Amino acid sequence: MDYFRAVYIADERSHRSLSLTTEVIHLNAGNYTVWHFRRLVLEALNVDLCLERDFIDRLAVRNSKNYQIWHHRRWVAEKLGTEASERELEFTKKILDLDAKNYHAWSHRQWVLQALGGWQNELAYCDKLLQYDIFNNSAWNQRYFVISRSPLLGGLRAMRESEVGYTILAILANPENESPWRYLRGLYQGETELLVSDNQISEVCLKILKTNQSSVFALGLLLDLLCYGFQPSGELRGVIESSRNLEAGSADSNLATSICSILEAVDPMRSNYWGWRRSRISSQVC
Amino acid sequence: MDELESDKHVKYILSIEKKKDDVEALLMEHLRINGAYWGLTTLDILHKISAVDPEEVISWVMKCYHEDCGGFGGNIGHDPHLLYTLSAVQILALFDRIDVLDAEKVSIYVAGLQNEDGSFSGDMWGEIDTRFSYCAICCLSILHCLNKINVEKAVNYIVSCKNLDGGFGCTPGGESHAGQIFCCIGALAITGSLHHVDRDLLGWWLCERQCKNGGLNGRPEKDADVCYSWWVLSSLIMIDRVHWIDKDKLTRFILNCQDKENGGISDKPNYAVDVFHTYFGVAGLSLMEYPGLKSIDPAYALPVDVADW
Repeated sequence: MDYFRAVYIADERSHRSLSLTTEVIHLNAGNYTVWHFRRLVLEALNVDLCLERDFIDRLAVRNSKNYQIWHHRRWVAEKLGTEASERELEFTKKILDLDAKNYHAWSHRQWVLQALGGWQNELAYCDKLLQYDIFNNSAWNQRYFVISRSPLLGGLRAMRESEVGYTILAILANPENESPWRYLRGLYQGETELLVSDNQISEVCLKILKTNQSSVFALGLLLDLLCYGFQPSGELRGVIESSRNLEAGSADSNLATSICSILEAVDPMRSNYWGWRRSRISSQVC
Repeated sequence: MDELESDKHVKYILSIEKKKDDVEALLMEHLRINGAYWGLTTLDILHKISAVDPEEVISWVMKCYHEDCGGFGGNIGHDPHLLYTLSAVQILALFDRIDVLDAEKVSIYVAGLQNEDGSFSGDMWGEIDTRFSYCAICCLSILHCLNKINVEKAVNYIVSCKNLDGGFGCTPGGESHAGQIFCCIGALAITGSLHHVDRDLLGWWLCERQCKNGGLNGRPEKDADVCYSWWVLSSLIMIDRVHWIDKDKLTRFILNCQDKENGGISDKPNYAVDVFHTYFGVAGLSLMEYPGLKSIDPAYALPVDVADW
């Protein structure tokens, strides 16, 4: 460390300094001043940055949550340019194989796609991760990132129909999974009238509630639909009312209020939230 | 229910300062000023800041100052960075000694890190993240120098990081994460821009972070961790939705993460304690008005009597 201090203060941009930074980084990869100095040395010596990339490859597996390493990686990739895209996507995949929710790796991956390209297989990659773990919120987020930003897919509206189908299947397989329920809403962002008028949405809620009357996410989405003006079918009404009788005995004046009462009972940790929702239901809501 | 072991936490915090040779000290070396901010703020919340000598702290903080550029490093001899500049300014604010600073110079350093799109870089190397937007805005606000940056652009950049769940990520399209949400909501609160937030949608997402054990997580399907008692709670307070979580259960979770023998709070029950989880635990309890604690300001992350400007 003292040797490093000496070359740093003398601003000696030499091969000897480069090896010293390597040593210090192995001791503490979070020391950002060492990384800064290393970049100055790399620039001065005109080192082949592919070698630097190999150095980070070896280091990153052990330090995959270290901000400095990821930032350094981006600096290297930026200098190497679009040709680096494939290697960078492969590198983040390697890290995500170890921890599929690593925030740094996802952030780097999004930067690579936008700055260097390589969108072709990204939706398939999200699908692969979701098949492995359908609860992976990072993969759902990446999926939304791809369908809304990929230059190859035509944007959110073009993708909506197929995405709704995909998401409904995911919900039916695991109704307690928070992520696809939010994703489904996100597919209609800013277009609530379409969300209300698409029968697939209320049908998936009904289907879930038929097998599990206390599904928080199905009840929550249904509550939103009702607040947006959705007119429920007799069948849906019947399912909710029978559940309401089971939970608290008496029926409420309208369906949305009933749903809030059920949610207060089945999700006690958030009963204040559901109680607040109930207090906001206007008389026009069914 | 367990009680807060205030005296032991004070003892623990004061003891860290004395350990300079172990592995933890080596790993903390480059961010010592962050550690100092966490420890000192915790002492203040516990009404024990008088246990340290202000002059000693201030003279050390000023040794981390880079007079040539106006930024602070994480320790003596380390390069300047926005993360450490904020901690330095917060520490000086704790002792009501902002006057030792050349506020003009520091604010020029901070303002110089704003990019064309309104975002902020952490330092001259250009890493961009909404964490840095918060650091810059909080720091400039304490120094009364927000007029040095383009606030409208800064706000628009943060808003561009908003997601479908109402939360915020580190850059546009980045996954919502409770830590990033604190930074974005804090920056929007300080600049009077909370009208950009869908409070009900975000509030629901944040209260969904409470797990069965009462603790809060930072993203869906992750484990509860004491640090989110700060990130999630402070955000909920700023958007006025904190009553949506179960405070008793969260209080119990935090108290259960204390080292009752030697002081300090860990991330999860029975894990090793550290100074920043001690801060997050005590600050979280303060946000829930736990008896005997000073109240902390959710946006500035300083006791309210300090953040009263």
